[in-house]
Amino acid sequence: MYVYDEHDRQMMAERVAQFRDQTTRALAGELAEDEFLPLRLQNGLYIQRLAPMLRICVPYGMLRSVQLRRLARITRDYDKGYAHFTTRQNVQLNWPDLEDVPDILAELAEVEMHANQTSGNCIRNTTTDQFAAVQSDELVDPRPYCEIIRQWSTFHPEFAFLPRKFKVAVNASEQTDRAAIRVHDIGLQIVRNEAGELGFRVHVGGGLGRTPMVAPVIREFLPELDLLTYLEAVLRVYNRYGRRDNKFKARIKILVKALTPEGFAEKVETEWAHIKDSPTRLTPEAIERIQGYFTEPDYAALDNATDLLAQQRFENRGFDQWLQHNVDTHKKPGYAIVSLTMKKTGTPPGDVTDRQLEQIADLADEFSFGEVRVTHQQNVVLADVPQNRLLELWQELGPMGFGTANLNTLTDIICCPGGDFCALANAKSIPVADAIQRRFDNLDFLYDLGEIDLNISGCMNACGHHHVGNIGVLGVDKKGQEFYQVSLGGSSQHDASIGKILGPSFAQDDMPDVIAKIIDVYVNKRTDEESFLDTYRRVGIDPFKERVYA
Amino acid sequence: MPDIIFRDGSIRQNQWVVVPRPDSGESLNIPGHQRALIPADLWLAGREHFVGREDIGVWFDSHDEPEILADHVNELPLIAVNFPKFSDGRGYSIGRLLRERFGFKNELRAIGDVLLDQLQFMKRCGFDTYELRPDKDIRKAARSLNFFSQGYQAATDTDLPLFRRRAS
Ligand code: HEM
Ligand code: SF4
Repeated sequence: MYVYDEHDRQMMAERVAQFRDQTTRALAGELAEDEFLPLRLQNGLYIQRLAPMLRICVPYGMLRSVQLRRLARITRDYDKGYAHFTTRQNVQLNWPDLEDVPDILAELAEVEMHANQTSGNCIRNTTTDQFAAVQSDELVDPRPYCEIIRQWSTFHPEFAFLPRKFKVAVNASEQTDRAAIRVHDIGLQIVRNEAGELGFRVHVGGGLGRTPMVAPVIREFLPELDLLTYLEAVLRVYNRYGRRDNKFKARIKILVKALTPEGFAEKVETEWAHIKDSPTRLTPEAIERIQGYFTEPDYAALDNATDLLAQQRFENRGFDQWLQHNVDTHKKPGYAIVSLTMKKTGTPPGDVTDRQLEQIADLADEFSFGEVRVTHQQNVVLADVPQNRLLELWQELGPMGFGTANLNTLTDIICCPGGDFCALANAKSIPVADAIQRRFDNLDFLYDLGEIDLNISGCMNACGHHHVGNIGVLGVDKKGQEFYQVSLGGSSQHDASIGKILGPSFAQDDMPDVIAKIIDVYVNKRTDEESFLDTYRRVGIDPFKERVYA
Repeated sequence: MPDIIFRDGSIRQNQWVVVPRPDSGESLNIPGHQRALIPADLWLAGREHFVGREDIGVWFDSHDEPEILADHVNELPLIAVNFPKFSDGRGYSIGRLLRERFGFKNELRAIGDVLLDQLQFMKRCGFDTYELRPDKDIRKAARSLNFFSQGYQAATDTDLPLFRRRAS
């Protein structure tokens, strides 16, 4: 994992001092509210319904145990003793005091953390696959490129006041896309060209929100060393020509659409031709240097524990289920990837207490080289667990509440904070997630249904990614009443698609029934091999409509 | 006229007035006895007339295209870029283009809604003088210009992004 050197440390310390100065001036009335706004947003501080909220950056989802422990301490000392894992691999505090934020940032800086550019109209945290470097089907580890982008985008002098926020995601796996790159402003798919050279397929102009779009490809192959100059060209075109007159039309997706992907690509190429060979062009040494931080942990030479696990599974059904659903294959023999689900019924998806943060830290130290990864599905991954210790780990997880064996099932819901916390909400989202989890509490039934993404947002800002849920739920306001619109067929994978709206919206109490009917249709129509999405794509929306509105 | 901040943090007297774009049908009203900044396209339109004058410079608005002066930038003693609202970031790109693409060597000035907390970004994008909004405390400018002792990127102020400095 990346470790700060004296340059990073110095700039982060200067950033904390700068924000302390800015906060003092804001509290003294020297900075008007609208002048302070982008400054605090770019330090993670968002003022919403009940209190300020602080979004802490977790670069591409990686956390060390010391960082988890520090987060736990901060939630205890400055907040109400819990935090929230977000859908952008970050961590959010819901109740800090404005005056305390500089101190919180200083405490974070001590463990090489920050809240830079986690809000505001700037380049945000670059996200990636939570299984980076431990799965066998990826070309290379995507994280060094994320770190290179992090450094380039941090305090970039030209791009601190973009028309709107800007998000980059990187994926290196050929089969799966756990980073949802095609619904990002820039999605980078790591590929090799025919000559075997490494580079990126560049997608630009995806996003959710009011106008959901799947990003078109604007360059099939960008050589590795050209990464930053090309990003700079895209950002410059966007900074100059993105709309600034209407906040809802300001994302880059609107510009790409207006110019057409070809027209946009042409403008970028023209700009890029000028700066392609500028000093911003990466060097092989620079990449190798960053890659040097992402070396393999000290793996022991183990064999796969196939027999042992078979026996343990045979003796313990709960362990068997957990192993089948929450544990993935590791590229190293004898190791496994474990997802801790933060989706226990009765707890808002993604919420963790200070104590739980410490427990996760302890688990990381004990079982996984002291590191964890946060996922955009609001779960936490222990990426390097020896197979012969899985049973022991599983036994510890249960009482902590991270052992629910529902990963990627219907109840592994992505859910935004919604009306309980968020000033922009049209409707609550957490109680809907809770009601659905209660309705579908039979694990065997869930397993039989297979992988289904159910995503819930409390308004069209789409923090809960409802457009790309196989089943999406969106809170809407109907004459002051909270209602829910359902869409079907979304996907954030390589075959990304935006869900289609089923029809008129439903009252909160009806939601579990509505979901049950949708599931019913799937169960009746599916063939042996089909996932929910496959069936939907084959039969279309009508059978679902007929059943739900019958 | 309010004073001007220089990139080293020093404060000097402002010598230049900004002449607004005339309404359509009106003609440009250049003051006789003072150095004046006129809209860049109007300067270009009357270039034969203006070129060589040390008392006439131009200004760009944030939606203007600096490309129109590509071959002429160094005929101007001063180019100003207007930030109509501090949160309008187009001026940063204009600054870098003028310097890095068109090779502008003379004074580049930020005007308009220029506040303290953006000064260092402006400096990095090639601006060397700043007309701070008058309600802001000009004595704090030197500190704002130097909050950060270094940056990660190459920009107008340096050809060495941190990854190149680290390698050396
Ligand atoms: C609690 C207060 C929150 C507020 C006020 C808020 C506000 C917003 C707004 C206004 C947008 C839309 C911006 C746009 O696309 O134009 C947005 C997008 C987003 N938010 Fe939040 N948010 C909040 C919490 C969260 C949380 C807790 C998460 C993670 C679970 C989250 C994840 C996201 C994501 C992933 C998007 C991007 C959707 C896209 O690609 O367009 N937000 N948020
Ligand atoms: S989707 Fe809407 S309700 Fe949910 S957190 Fe985002 S802004 Fe708030």
